[in-house]
Amino acid sequence: MKLEMKDKPGQLIAALKPISDVEGNIMAIIHQRDPSAAPGDTIDVQIMLDLPGSKLESLVETLTSQGVNVVRIGEERLLIRRSVILIGHIMHTDLTDTVDRIDSSGLAEVAELGMVMPAINEPSSAKITLKSSSLEEIGRAIDLLRSVAREKGLLVIEPLEEYP
Amino acid sequence: MRIALLGFGSVGRGIAEAVSEKDLGLSITAVADSRSGIIDADGIDIRDVLERKRTTGLCGTPGITADDVIESGVYDVLVEVTPTNADSANPALGYITRALAAGRHVVTSNKGPIALRYDALMQLAASRNVQLRYEATVCGAIPLIQALEIGLAGNTITALNGVFNGTCNYILTRMTDEGLSYSQALLEARELGYAEADPTYDVKGVDAAIKLVILANSIWGLNASLDDVDITGIDGLTTDALALAEDLNCTIRLIGEIIPEKRILKVSPRVLSKDHSLVVRDTLNAVTVETDMAGEITLIGRGAGSRETASAIIADILFIRDCHVERT
Ligand SMILES: NC(=O)c1ccc[n+]([C@@H]2O[C@H](COP(=O)([O-])OP(=O)(O)OC[C@H]3O[C@@H](n4cnc5c(N)ncnc54)[C@H](OP(=O)(O)O)[C@@H]3O)[C@@H](O)[C@H]2O)c1
Repeated sequence: MKLEMKDKPGQLIAALKPISDVEGNIMAIIHQRDPSAAPGDTIDVQIMLDLPGSKLESLVETLTSQGVNVVRIGEERLLIRRSVILIGHIMHTDLTDTVDRIDSSGLAEVAELGMVMPAINEPSSAKITLKSSSLEEIGRAIDLLRSVAREKGLLVIEPLEEYP
Repeated sequence: MRIALLGFGSVGRGIAEAVSEKDLGLSITAVADSRSGIIDADGIDIRDVLERKRTTGLCGTPGITADDVIESGVYDVLVEVTPTNADSANPALGYITRALAAGRHVVTSNKGPIALRYDALMQLAASRNVQLRYEATVCGAIPLIQALEIGLAGNTITALNGVFNGTCNYILTRMTDEGLSYSQALLEARELGYAEADPTYDVKGVDAAIKLVILANSIWGLNASLDDVDITGIDGLTTDALALAEDLNCTIRLIGEIIPEKRILKVSPRVLSKDHSLVVRDTLNAVTVETDMAGEITLIGRGAGSRETASAIIADILFIRDCHVERT
């Protein structure tokens, strides 16, 4: 991941501590100081780390809250994932449209959809996973999904807290 | 301390049994059920009354009513444990109002009056310098109100969420463990006496919502009513949905949630990691409170039952005696 932080003593440590707190394994740190930078400018630091995917989100949150700007994370851009469960007549209420409305919102993409087909006329159940690049956008995407579901008479079961 | 019991069902009898078995320093001087009553200023023989109720269905003499008990004045605390009416709160609301107006303490397990008339009843109690306590209305035996009001005094309670309905929790546990359908699990809950003949209030989330209203009004003064709660029950859940949650190493529970700052009052089935502290089994209840100083605190325990609910009622009575009456 590539971080941007204030060029101040202690900042790098402040950025590394949350990584060890979530049991991340730091593989390399590339920290280039620009000799022309004035004190108080931001500096770029690249950190290669090995981290369970589930911990990434909370790490990014902690870093951001400490004023460290996460500029880029790995190759994968859409790293924040959220799964919800849908119950109802998912197929008959135009599943393609449901997925399209999320995808075309620009907020998130439907990354996975697992559906269980029950007996005819019984409501079906599906797990739908959205992925997005920010917590804020994924939150708005879930809001959107909730309103689409309400319109179509589908029940949305959301996580109480974030889980992988 | 003398207590009068209105209602001699599961909870009322549980209280009577505990008072007779344990040396609590309490005496029962009046009892009424829906069809009879008994009043004796010198203290009633509880064993006798329990036996009569068991054999005849009456606790006392036909014609003696709850109103007679209230007017008798031979008690320090009125214990009101008649059935809940979530629409009008009556007749319990009338009973409680009259006892408070007459300067008597009241302890109740009845959600109706507390959910609908919290402010007015508390003002009345204060004006007569008496206590109205209601620990048993939320989460049965769990001392939640006491924890919030006293144990966590000085903290700002920023959020609260939990499992407030044992019937729903039982149904969800059985759907997960045995792959039962919703209706099979409901049937089983009924057979075991965990669900009422009419389980609507439980499974549609209304019972949990009433408990949120009580907390919202008593802890945060939100002046909320049932209409302010966003309610989704468990009656639309499928076994497939639980299996899908299982794939994520998660499960589904009916969660009541209050975030006062955002005025969120919500009851809905939610996906939770299986090792989440609110994922309790069978008929248990669990509540997590988030506070500014104490951090997170989770309480887990029995949310209903004769003896369990009596525990909360008796704690309220003894609190009034030991922390209110003796200090004033
Ligand atoms: N059971 C629990 O685990 C539990 C837990 C928390 C809160 N609560 C609440 O506690 C209250 C009592 O519950 P419960 O389970 O004991 O109910 P219950 O078994 O149905 O007993 C209700 C009792 O109230 C009596 N009653 C009905 N109408 C009356 C009236 N107008 N005046 C005087 N007595 C009257 C009934 O008389 P008869 O005997 O003549 O029918 C019965 O003795 C309810 O409000 C309930 O919501 C119960």
